[in-house]
Amino acid sequence: MSQDNDKNAYWSANVRLILISLAIWALVSFGFGIILRPLLSGIAVGGTDLGFWFAQQGSIIIFLILIFFYAWRMNKLDQEHGVDEE
Amino acid sequence: MDQFTLNLLFVGASFALYIGIAIWARAGSTSEFYAAGRGVHPVTNGMATAADWMSAASFISMAGLIAFTGYDNSSFLMGWTGGYVLLALLLAPYLRKFGKFTVSEFIGDRFYSKTARMVAVICLLVASITYVIGQMQGVGIAFGRFLEIDAFWGLLIGACVVFAYAVFGGMKGVTYTQVAQYCVLITAYTIPAVFISLQLTGNPIPALGLFGTVESGEPLLAKLNQIVTDLGFAEYTAAHGSTLNMVLFTLSLMIGTAGLPHVIMRFFTVPKVSDARWSAGWTLVFIALLYLTAPAVGAMARLNISELMWPNGTNAEAVSVEQIETDPEYAWMATWQKTGLLGWEDKNGDGKIQYYNDKNADLQTKAAENGWEGNELTNFNRDILVLANPEIASLPGWVIGLVAAGGLAAALSTAAGLLLAISSAVSHDLLKGQLTPNMSEKNELMAARISMAAAIVVAVLLGLNPPGFAAQTVALAFGLAAASIFPALMMGIFSTRINNVGAVAGMLAGLVVTLLYIFLHKGWFFIPDTNSFTDADPLLGPIKSTSFGAIGAMVNFAVAFVVSGMTKETPQEIKDLVESVRVPRGAGTAVEGH
Repeated sequence: MSQDNDKNAYWSANVRLILISLAIWALVSFGFGIILRPLLSGIAVGGTDLGFWFAQQGSIIIFLILIFFYAWRMNKLDQEHGVDEE
Repeated sequence: MDQFTLNLLFVGASFALYIGIAIWARAGSTSEFYAAGRGVHPVTNGMATAADWMSAASFISMAGLIAFTGYDNSSFLMGWTGGYVLLALLLAPYLRKFGKFTVSEFIGDRFYSKTARMVAVICLLVASITYVIGQMQGVGIAFGRFLEIDAFWGLLIGACVVFAYAVFGGMKGVTYTQVAQYCVLITAYTIPAVFISLQLTGNPIPALGLFGTVESGEPLLAKLNQIVTDLGFAEYTAAHGSTLNMVLFTLSLMIGTAGLPHVIMRFFTVPKVSDARWSAGWTLVFIALLYLTAPAVGAMARLNISELMWPNGTNAEAVSVEQIETDPEYAWMATWQKTGLLGWEDKNGDGKIQYYNDKNADLQTKAAENGWEGNELTNFNRDILVLANPEIASLPGWVIGLVAAGGLAAALSTAAGLLLAISSAVSHDLLKGQLTPNMSEKNELMAARISMAAAIVVAVLLGLNPPGFAAQTVALAFGLAAASIFPALMMGIFSTRINNVGAVAGMLAGLVVTLLYIFLHKGWFFIPDTNSFTDADPLLGPIKSTSFGAIGAMVNFAVAFVVSGMTKETPQEIKDLVESVRVPRGAGTAVEGH
């Protein structure tokens, strides 16, 4: 049964990582880029505000970082739980 | 050498390159036709996927839509990149582990049902064909411009070229050709943007120039806001539409990205599960190069156009008809007029062309004082902006030729990828998987090519009355993919509870409500004047037809959960299949599915 437990641990670690990543994903796009934009309107960026920057630039950059972070973290997790491809 | 010859030269040379590669890498077996023998490096795969993904909508249409709307169309930027996060985290590695060729095969096996596989094929065909319509629109505009003919003839010529090109290779030919196409399209997009950014802001990086300052020391965006509001248009950087609609629209594009079969298919071609994760990242790197530049292209082009129309400022005289006809800086207007996508008319006969928003009350007062009789730049199709951009900024002739080649590369690569997804759905899933399981490999390839031809004919017929600008048509395709395919795939991996009946009911419900909502607003089968509502005054509050995909996806999830709860539990062997898909160990090369 220990193998099963480990599989469950691997999967819940993965799901936790996904949830954290998606929370950031939603925060920078739907949050800073759209819904929370009025709150950020005081921070000026080149003739407009931070929310505009997030909507047209920042969110894309964060998405990139997120995917590479997830790939790196998961490949490590695969090895820790011994489920990587040999 | 005149511009026409120069365009032909650039387009001709790039085509020769693609065809050369397609012949060199010709697919021999079905495995090569669908999945390129799985020998593709993540970076190469990322580049090819980026070309596959960035279509006429991204290259030709998107910056134009942003230019004329401003902040509100940021949804395209966030939506079409944010989907890759969903793809990398929720789908790609698991589908690679599963190790079959097509999306519908996964759905058929996971939901142990041939009906589920068939429904997936139907969803996939509906979304892909809508998507091809948008591509053909872009192809028509690009061919129309560089051959200097009407966009309708451009569309017909383009269709022939796309067909000839797509039947050649299959995935193997397409993968390497797409790498070449990516290089052409990104160069073509970036070079004029760098020139224009330097001209306006002195900063060679367009993404930084967008937030930089113009010669007078004023921020570029502040100046743009000033000019467009002077002309009675909405402020560029401000939000005007409904927040709810913007959120749903962005979400639809994101979920749709992760649900489009021709993109998902690409992740079947990497050697390992860990590569599928990296590959999604590399794809987004190559996409981001264009997407970070696009908003700068849009804003700077809008500024250039406004200044060309009002060369002495918005409070002085407008540009004269004589200047448009004789000044070489305005030569692009005459060339684009030939495509029928740009037009002007001196309504009040004062010899000048006043460009302003004649729906704006303040400007109506100003117009009455000055004897203007309405906006005289009567037609400016959003889809021409990127292609016309180098001409608007008076860049050298070779840049214009390069952009024409880039626009065609973008449209062709995506059209080819989509046709491949359509043909594999018909020949592999529908015929071989269902109707004639004993079909020979040779006949399967033949069926694949025939279905490509049929798909092009349908797309051209429907493309004659497009439901919107290229990027808007494409957005509808994303809504359909979001509502049907993505939820089924995600639930298939993350929940063992969803059973065969639940998945089928969910996909059908999602597809049908979304299709209905679109047809109610855009006309039945996109035939004009058969719509009951318009996107200006939609059926459900502020929710436009392009944003409905996110609602469709929620309907799909909800129906699948409720129906699964009321019907028989998923059998143990399927639960084991899901367990095995969740771990990377044991991923072999793909096997032919039946």
